[in-house]
Amino acid sequence: MSEMPEAMIKINNVSKWYGDFKVLTDCTTSVAKGEVIVVCGPSGSGKSTLIKCVNGLEAFQQGDITVKGISVGDPKTNLPKLRAHVGMVFQHFELFPHMTITDNLSIAQIKVLGRSKDEAHAKTMKLLDRVGLKAHAHKHPGQLSGGQQQRVAIARALCMDPICMLFDEPTSALDPEMVNEVLDVMVQLAKEGMTMMCVTHEMGFARKVSNRVIFMDNGNIVEDATKDDFFGTPRSERAQQFLSKILSH
Amino acid sequence: MFSTFDFSVIVASLPFIWSGLQFTFKLTFVAMTGGIIIGTFLALARLSSIGPLAAAASWYVNIMRSIPLVMVILWFYLVIPLITGKPMGAETSALVTFTAFEAAFFCEIMRAGIQGIPKGQVAAGQAMGFTYSQVMRFVVLPQAFRNMLPVLLTQTIVLFQDTSLVYAIGAKDMLKAAEVAGKNYNRPVEMIIFVAIVYFSLSFALSYVVKRLQKRIAIKR
Repeated sequence: MSEMPEAMIKINNVSKWYGDFKVLTDCTTSVAKGEVIVVCGPSGSGKSTLIKCVNGLEAFQQGDITVKGISVGDPKTNLPKLRAHVGMVFQHFELFPHMTITDNLSIAQIKVLGRSKDEAHAKTMKLLDRVGLKAHAHKHPGQLSGGQQQRVAIARALCMDPICMLFDEPTSALDPEMVNEVLDVMVQLAKEGMTMMCVTHEMGFARKVSNRVIFMDNGNIVEDATKDDFFGTPRSERAQQFLSKILSH
Repeated sequence: MFSTFDFSVIVASLPFIWSGLQFTFKLTFVAMTGGIIIGTFLALARLSSIGPLAAAASWYVNIMRSIPLVMVILWFYLVIPLITGKPMGAETSALVTFTAFEAAFFCEIMRAGIQGIPKGQVAAGQAMGFTYSQVMRFVVLPQAFRNMLPVLLTQTIVLFQDTSLVYAIGAKDMLKAAEVAGKNYNRPVEMIIFVAIVYFSLSFALSYVVKRLQKRIAIKR
């Protein structure tokens, strides 16, 4: 990269252990403002753990992560306040099943950001419209399909006006025919300049909108390359194997 | 053999028994609401990462659950006045004892309910910027309470029947009222049969409600 844009997320030599088991080893990377990063790798490689460290949902024992200059690992950091500005989308949607779709989107706006009910409702409707689900506003999550639920989950995160978005395998739990409706929303978001870090196996998405691809194996960042380099000439043998398996059919 | 029974005394003593039943209801209601509220805090304490807090809550629950209720009722009634120097009425003593005792049982129900909420729900709440107490208030407890509602009500049926134990300290509940009325008319057996029918009918009706509720919740999930 010729010029170094402002880094939104900086991950510096992060290591994490579960007891004696090392799940992350000296992970270092960064996500610039407006950049879309895809993190891939075999299951158990630590990619989900790494992304959960970014907003402090998982603790790490070594190294440093900053989001817009704020240290995530610092015990003095107000984590809830930081997380309110970092959107996160989960593999299993994690909508609140006891609330309507509208309440799912509004509650944190009201309770965390202190928006008025009217303000929150207007924003909620705007974002539901954006993901094409305005007609389902009054329903409960259980009444929607997986793809619809995940779109709602994305809208819920966007309601908070996040400075960046984390996606943790957002399409892995979906029926195949529902993957695209979710990816479409993500592609649109990427095109609008949202800073995104996405753990995903959707290589089509990576090719289409990502700037860089990170390949992880065994808790290590094995490859951190531009999209073209990654798909063209992956350096590590492990990444080559992974790509040949995932792209062969 | 029923020819020797005189059930007309029941009608005559209905107002008196009703006043006893009112206390039974009051005791059930206070112990249920107080027990669920305190029990929920106990459950949060038991699940807390703060060691001494979790240990204290766990001790409280285990002690309460290991002593027969009638002992706790007597102990509270007799010992508390010794400590405070003031006699406590049987009714007040019963209300305090039952709330404290039931809290231990409701704690275990709420603990199971809280633990039954997927970790991802907590993570999602945290990711939205919720603090611990907000995650509990808006995400975990409403779901835990809803899932556990049938069990909470079943425990309340047991509680309703157990309130008859305040008989031991002479608090005037339905059983005590029936006993007094039975002595007045010299018809104790009729009275005992009558209150047994009342206990049975109310408990049975409530358990029917629980069954219906379970079905409804099962469909919604």
